[in-house]
Amino acid sequence: MLFKEILYLIRKDLVLEWRQKYALNGMLLYVGSVVFVCYLSFGMRSNLLVAPVWNALLWIILLFTSVNAIAKSFMQENRGRLLYFYSIVSPQGIILAKIIYNTLLMLLLAIICFVFYGFVLGNPVEDVPMFLLSLLLGALGFSTSLTMISSIASKAANSSTLMAVLSFPVIVPMLLMLMKMSKNAMDGLERSASLDELLTLLAINMIVVTVSYILFPYLWRS
Amino acid sequence: MKKNWWKVLAVVLLVFTVVAGMLAEVPRLAILNETIRNLFFHVPMWFGMILILLVSVVYSIKYLSDPTVKNDVIAFEAAKVGILFGVLGIVTGMEWAKFTWGEYWSNDPKQNASAIGLLIYFAYLVLRSSFSEQQQRARISAVYNIFAFAALIPLLFILPRLTDSLHPGNGGNPGFNTYDMDSSLRIIFYPAVLGWTLLGIWMVNVKSRLEILRQRLYETV
Repeated sequence: MLFKEILYLIRKDLVLEWRQKYALNGMLLYVGSVVFVCYLSFGMRSNLLVAPVWNALLWIILLFTSVNAIAKSFMQENRGRLLYFYSIVSPQGIILAKIIYNTLLMLLLAIICFVFYGFVLGNPVEDVPMFLLSLLLGALGFSTSLTMISSIASKAANSSTLMAVLSFPVIVPMLLMLMKMSKNAMDGLERSASLDELLTLLAINMIVVTVSYILFPYLWRS
Repeated sequence: MKKNWWKVLAVVLLVFTVVAGMLAEVPRLAILNETIRNLFFHVPMWFGMILILLVSVVYSIKYLSDPTVKNDVIAFEAAKVGILFGVLGIVTGMEWAKFTWGEYWSNDPKQNASAIGLLIYFAYLVLRSSFSEQQQRARISAVYNIFAFAALIPLLFILPRLTDSLHPGNGGNPGFNTYDMDSSLRIIFYPAVLGWTLLGIWMVNVKSRLEILRQRLYETV
């Protein structure tokens, strides 16, 4: 029952996104322009862009993209539609569907960002599959924690400022682990070197998903 | 008087901590020297902060299952006292770091983690102040409080253990727990932890009683 609900809600979000393409196109353009701005500010002096800076810059771009992309996941729903959902589906279904949908969206944006970024600023990654795995974990981690934060922020008055203020401290531990893991992949270290980070990231994601699953019904009621 | 025995205990323990912490014989260690006495003031702040924030989370959970003004007020006041302990912990730690590590802030993972932890709770205060309707404010900030605490646990207990830290006990630095925390330190350290925590609980107690009375006054006037 819950499973069917989730599938249905994800399909609804995908269809909605496809019909109003302006949001998706906006995000793509956002990624593109930010990468291009980075290129313009570093491109002439490419000797400045050493591997750690390259890595940090990519993750900062991804962080801001995901905050912007996920912030609208609850704000764009209008009041009537929320009331309609309230009467027909369970809150657990909604939060899980939003998390999965946001993960897919973030994965798409992250891969496009990585390809474009690597194309424009050069690609020093030696272990590409491992780097893609860290992007996948990043998409998963950003979407799990930011979905819950965006549902909290959407209830408040100045939600876009609040979204940033609430999400950055919560997401920093995840971001540090991701940067370390992707740095390992860039340097082509043995894969077992990143095992610690990988397990910790999965554990943090588990905690966050469980807490969201339990707490979301209380937010939903208002 | 019978109900207030723990307040007397808190005062006695704190007097003991301050007097004995300043005057008692401590082991002589290289680098640390006399700054080892900070063990009685800096470390209990973090113990106190974690315990008081735990009280705050417990009352937030209680609020979600039983929405009364009392649960909300206690959760909020406990979070504020927890923040106070955290700030004091950072300040005493920075003061100590200046004398042992040479810098107030040396990019140590534990320093960074505690700064991020404080940011989480400052965000909680901002979130609380952005609602005007009382019940909505109480419920949503309770949800964020629980969520933030769940995010704080890996930050404070897992991440610092994965990296080397300048803190005693990490990365080959002398630690207090293993060989050199001798009984003369323990005998002051444990009462210090208990005393500071009791003081924090006392502050939460007084402040939340005051706040509840104030709200009751507004209702009747």
